[in-house]
Amino acid sequence: MSDTYISAEMTGAIGRTLGRQVSFPITDSDIRRWALATYYPEKPPRLFWDPAYAAATPYGGIVAPEDFNPFAWMVAESTDAPSQGRNDPDRTEIALGIAGPGLTFQVNGGIAVAYGVRMRPGDIVTAEQSLAGYTERQGSLGRMLFTATESVWTNQAAELVKRITVTVIRY
Amino acid sequence: MNTEVDVDALEVGQPIPELVWATGLDNWNRFAAVNDEFVPIHMDDAAGQAAGYPSAFGMGNLQWSYLHNAIRHWAGENATILKVSCSFRGPNIKGQTVTAGGTIRSVTRQADHTVVELDIWTKNQDGGPLAPGSATVQF
Repeated sequence: MSDTYISAEMTGAIGRTLGRQVSFPITDSDIRRWALATYYPEKPPRLFWDPAYAAATPYGGIVAPEDFNPFAWMVAESTDAPSQGRNDPDRTEIALGIAGPGLTFQVNGGIAVAYGVRMRPGDIVTAEQSLAGYTERQGSLGRMLFTATESVWTNQAAELVKRITVTVIRY
Repeated sequence: MNTEVDVDALEVGQPIPELVWATGLDNWNRFAAVNDEFVPIHMDDAAGQAAGYPSAFGMGNLQWSYLHNAIRHWAGENATILKVSCSFRGPNIKGQTVTAGGTIRSVTRQADHTVVELDIWTKNQDGGPLAPGSATVQF
């Protein structure tokens, strides 16, 4: 058994593009439902669901919470292979066309985001992901593989929406 | 939502108001529905236990949202959230009470704006860290 999960093929893939997705136009309903779920059981702020209130703010209308995901459920365009399992722990390597470590479990290790412009109803957001790197170390559940990916989101005006670094832990 | 932060009164060490959630499948299922995050470890105790935890557990992405809610609740809707980061240190298992909050780490006043750095966190009812991190907010 190898003493590392990180193969030479995986190391060689660092920096490569993982995929690109284009969202459907964001709707008021998408934003309202997101806010309802993330504030539940409290009522979310009016900026996220009340058009008349939002029109009177400096935003001039409803905006999405910064954490809103316009890519849930279905996207308008994607470079992902149709058979690529979203919950497959090897999904990163599958997207790259290389062999993954074949680990059983994956959890979200952390997120870091730098924000640009707000997302609004009507916006079409494009996300482009790349592989930022691999590290590994011993944890409470044994040897763990940390995979960092970077995703850059832009809107239809090519404005930066956010730059995201996500670390997924596999074990 | 707070819209009246007294920027001149902001000082290092000040806490931001806490937001609290009693968490379980009613929160997680709603979030799964908007984020298409129907993963067995978030829905099924047996799957959570097989992954090494006492039960099913909540999504890291929902802790991420709770952190943003706390920042926005404190800063008001007109402030600009520039950066947020967190690491996921503990599972949000069923029945936990999750509190989101933070403390001002630095205040930098410029001629036309003020930038505040925060230490932020979510924690369980015993004070155990779930998602500690940092944020940068501009007023």
